[in-house]
Amino acid sequence: MQNIQDLEKILNSELNTKIKSSLIKHNQIYLKIDEVDLTEVILFLKTNSKTKFRQLIDITAVDFPENEIRFKLVYLLLSHEFNQRIIIEIDVKEKEIVDSITSIFPAANWMEREVFDMYGIDFKDHPDLRRILTDYGFEGHPLRKDFPLTGHNEVRYSHETKKVIYEPVKLEQNYRNFDYESPWEGTKYIKEQTKE
Amino acid sequence: MAKETKTLNLNFGPQHPAAHGVLRLILQLDGEIVEKADPHIGLLHRGTEKLIENKTYTQAVPYFDRLDYVAPMNQEHAFALAIEKILNIEVPIRAQYIRVMFCEIGRILSHILNVTTQAMDVGALTPTLWGFEEREILMGFYEKVSGSRLHANYFRAGGVHQDLPKGLDKEIGKFCERFPKIINDLELLLTDNRIFKQRNVDIGVVSKQDALDYSFSGVMLRGSGVPWDLRKSQPYDCYEQFEFKIPVGKNGDCYDRYLCRIEEMKESVNIINQCLANLPVGPIKTDDGKISPPPKKEIKQSMEALIHHFKLYTEGYRVDKDEIYTAVEAPKGEFGVYLISDGSSKPYKCKIRAPGFSHLQAMDYLIKGHMLADVPAVLGSMDIVFGEVDR
Repeated sequence: MQNIQDLEKILNSELNTKIKSSLIKHNQIYLKIDEVDLTEVILFLKTNSKTKFRQLIDITAVDFPENEIRFKLVYLLLSHEFNQRIIIEIDVKEKEIVDSITSIFPAANWMEREVFDMYGIDFKDHPDLRRILTDYGFEGHPLRKDFPLTGHNEVRYSHETKKVIYEPVKLEQNYRNFDYESPWEGTKYIKEQTKE
Repeated sequence: MAKETKTLNLNFGPQHPAAHGVLRLILQLDGEIVEKADPHIGLLHRGTEKLIENKTYTQAVPYFDRLDYVAPMNQEHAFALAIEKILNIEVPIRAQYIRVMFCEIGRILSHILNVTTQAMDVGALTPTLWGFEEREILMGFYEKVSGSRLHANYFRAGGVHQDLPKGLDKEIGKFCERFPKIINDLELLLTDNRIFKQRNVDIGVVSKQDALDYSFSGVMLRGSGVPWDLRKSQPYDCYEQFEFKIPVGKNGDCYDRYLCRIEEMKESVNIINQCLANLPVGPIKTDDGKISPPPKKEIKQSMEALIHHFKLYTEGYRVDKDEIYTAVEAPKGEFGVYLISDGSSKPYKCKIRAPGFSHLQAMDYLIKGHMLADVPAVLGSMDIVFGEVDR
């Protein structure tokens, strides 16, 4: 079995200009790369005989709304031969279009659709970029941090119109998200009410 | 004379008993031959990942039961391991044994369901009736240990919630004595059954390369001849202390996957037996008061325990800023949790990697050129549970 330190060295020497930083943590390699090098790096990791990351485990994104570069795209790969895992991260701005890796891994198809659905990140050259998990005709991207937990619309069957209808969400009670840093202040909406 | 042909679009599901839940499959048929399959998923989407971001780590555990709801504890395991790795918690050995034992019970639960319902999809009813009797007993064990037949909420970061009740180990032992015979009965009904073979052999063949490219894991991968099992290759908890074999298929068809599942059940019984034989005594969760709640009796006497109890059940424990991917070998394949913590008591992001998601994705590739009647057979052998596919 290949040692994880050796593997990191190989990666750094073979891809040195493309790697922004690399790190070994929890027995996994964390690699930061530029968005433009994505397909090249993934193809290298898959085909090179010293790495053989031949399985794409997952693609996901993370939302940091306060950052200038809002999203972080994460690719998880696994090498059966060397029993290693690698986590590749790229930074993506809002409305930026990322290259699709469906031509390298067919499994990326649904994973990229999910990222598109949940975060609204577009992929170039994706064969079929549609929403996947949310409802037909859904608006918004649920896993973005600024999307409310309760969503915007609720759905019910209406006896009057004899069909399923969509209505804006009405809550009988505010969603309570307690601030444990200072328990006496309670939630945000209580703070707003007591101010007046 | 040239005949004009027309393809037919057929809507399979979302309310179809062979769709194993709420799958809407749009099939393009040329006569009886499937030309294209477009699965529409998400009908069971509950936004688990979003909900977890808004709950404390302890409150997030029950959501994992509701993913693959036929093997709940295996998924809690992945989440517990992720937190433990970030916090560097040492799990007591007895807790590890209990966890392994209940994960294997989960594996048997899931495989019984899959093998028997697949048999039902291709026309055999008896295995389901026989198998579900055993599932009921296994869920009884779940209930005895956690209070709930299905949604256990039993694993915690640092161990398990409660110790085994008195006498449960003997009951599980008795079950393990009896169960191999039940597997035998099921095999007598199915393995050499002419109809079962006609419906499964050479159906939905996956080559080694395609299994890798489509991110298959678990039985879907092993059925195609790739000897890969996370319990062996990246052992978690105390799996390395057990002796068990990894059954691997040869042809990668539905029948081989069925055989793999049957063999895996036998191996699971074997592991449970080893657990019971060597079950150590000792604590069942970490004694770190900042992570695991104090025993009830102490709360009445110790101020510190009272504070810990209050803090743990209101704010919850905090997890240092970190990111990690941990995976376990769930019955359906590699179930992973990609967790990003930000130092607060709630996960910043928790991506759930469900094996069924990538398996179902390959539906179009698997079913192309097969007959319409093969759709339930292939779907059944993929072991799809919509709780985890839709999350």
